[in-house]
Amino acid sequence: MTIALTVFLVLFLFVTILGFWASRWRPANLGLLSEWGLGGRRFGGVITWFLLGGDLYTAYTFIAVPALVFGQGALGFFALPYTITMYPVMFLVMPKLWTIANRNGYVTAADFVHQRFDCRLLGVLVAITGILATMPYIALQLIGMQVVLAGLGMGGQGQWTDLPLIAAFAILAAYTYTGGLRAPAVIAVIKDVLIYATVLAAVLYIPEKLGGWSGIFAHVPSDKLLFSKPLTHNTGMDTGYVTLALGSALALILYPHAITGILGAQSPGVVRRNAIFLPAYSLILGLLALLGYMAYVAHVGNMPQFRAGFKEYGPSFAVPALFLRFFPHWFVGFAFAAIAIGALVPAAIMSIAAANLFTRNIYKAYLDPHVSDGKEAKIAKLTSLVVKFGALVFVLGVPEKYAIELQLLGGIWIIQTLPAIVLGLYTRWLHRYALVLGWVAGMATGTAMAASASFKSVIYPLPIAGYTIPAYAALYALAVNLAVTSVLTGILRALRVQAGQDRTLAA
Amino acid sequence: MASTRPKWVYLLLIVPFLGTAWVPLYDRLSPTLFGFPFFYWYQLAWVPGSVLLTGLVYLLTEPRRVVPRSGS
Repeated sequence: MTIALTVFLVLFLFVTILGFWASRWRPANLGLLSEWGLGGRRFGGVITWFLLGGDLYTAYTFIAVPALVFGQGALGFFALPYTITMYPVMFLVMPKLWTIANRNGYVTAADFVHQRFDCRLLGVLVAITGILATMPYIALQLIGMQVVLAGLGMGGQGQWTDLPLIAAFAILAAYTYTGGLRAPAVIAVIKDVLIYATVLAAVLYIPEKLGGWSGIFAHVPSDKLLFSKPLTHNTGMDTGYVTLALGSALALILYPHAITGILGAQSPGVVRRNAIFLPAYSLILGLLALLGYMAYVAHVGNMPQFRAGFKEYGPSFAVPALFLRFFPHWFVGFAFAAIAIGALVPAAIMSIAAANLFTRNIYKAYLDPHVSDGKEAKIAKLTSLVVKFGALVFVLGVPEKYAIELQLLGGIWIIQTLPAIVLGLYTRWLHRYALVLGWVAGMATGTAMAASASFKSVIYPLPIAGYTIPAYAALYALAVNLAVTSVLTGILRALRVQAGQDRTLAA
Repeated sequence: MASTRPKWVYLLLIVPFLGTAWVPLYDRLSPTLFGFPFFYWYQLAWVPGSVLLTGLVYLLTEPRRVVPRSGS
């Protein structure tokens, strides 16, 4: 394993140097929030493509999607209709947000909501939702890194086992602090090259060892390859699968790290063209999902050398085990470095996005409205450190399953900002207080639905007129949110309650 | 920024979602393609499908790319 470890460390060192160099790349005053937190809104099509690709397809995705296929089969393939649905939505909605944000100097979606509806409270609710949803997502990146470190033999028990993870994260925190969004933008290029090489090698090399693609699929039982037929009066996965895909797509574009990556682009055209070309990653993701079946067919779950890994990390260990089983040592180091570096890029962008939200929509909006530009950027930099430190403490101190459950909950929560952000781009009809109460109703409904399944599943079986319709709880909660928002808007408008001034048109 | 194209072009963006929305349509093993059961290659095929449709909408709506009309 020393060869694997050496390759891993060399690549990691290279990325660290790039991360620190990033603050000198396209020099500008990094004492401004729009420079530190959005890279000066100057990223062109190619860099944005790498940045968003590195941002949306996280290390955890690369571990968790095949793990889901390995454990549960067809359900794990929802990642495909999910990304197929997401890009057209991004194409339609995000250039509009970019244009308004650019004209008014907004750094976050909450800035837009605050000004559009003349409601500081709504802005802070959007910000808090974003931060809450992002924190466990960062924690999952750390878990992704933990899994590959364990694969390299740096896991298990003992006093020093967490040291490599802490060191990697401290380095990440340092260059994110100095370089801001430039750091993940630079590293994302390397990350993507490594990931593409790894996935291509895996899908070209491993199937041959397992009797080709037809051999792999032939050895997976058909009740795993497909969904079991729905029961009578129950729509089963026919509705569960498609709502999970649609809801995840709508949620993803609302996540602060996605919006930060989009607002860092230099023009709305860059955003539109990226929505066309980003699906290249979906193809990779689809093939990657199938690594779960390769791991299943190769029986890595029963091999004695991987027993400890599976015991500690469950199905998440499927991909590392598969690589260890089939790749030569040096390429194991390469592939694991790809996943670990794949954790750094989104973790950096997520912490920057959360820092931007805290600084703009909590600190500046409530605590210090006349904060100077320099101090604003300083606060954001410090917040990014706090956010990363918090995620690290969480991962080291709390069992992994809580991070996963919170991240599932995060998806349900973040979609509750859709009425204010997405509908807010198209209409001024919605009333600010109706949006606030709709958000409350949506958050409560979604959380209650997840709680009823003990936070283990996000598919909620809703009984309607003698039928059971299982669907993604986020969409049910969003429906409640939209209903409350529209009805209350009608009432508040009829009562002529002040709706506030739209300030997004000024400046 | 106003485009000369009608707004209905944007409806093409919903097609990839519709293509994967009805699960019973593709929740089957055959026909297989290169060893992939239908469920898998059908959904993979929607990736380039989605690229083409989004690309088409882009070409039809990008303000700078609208071809000047001849004549009056």
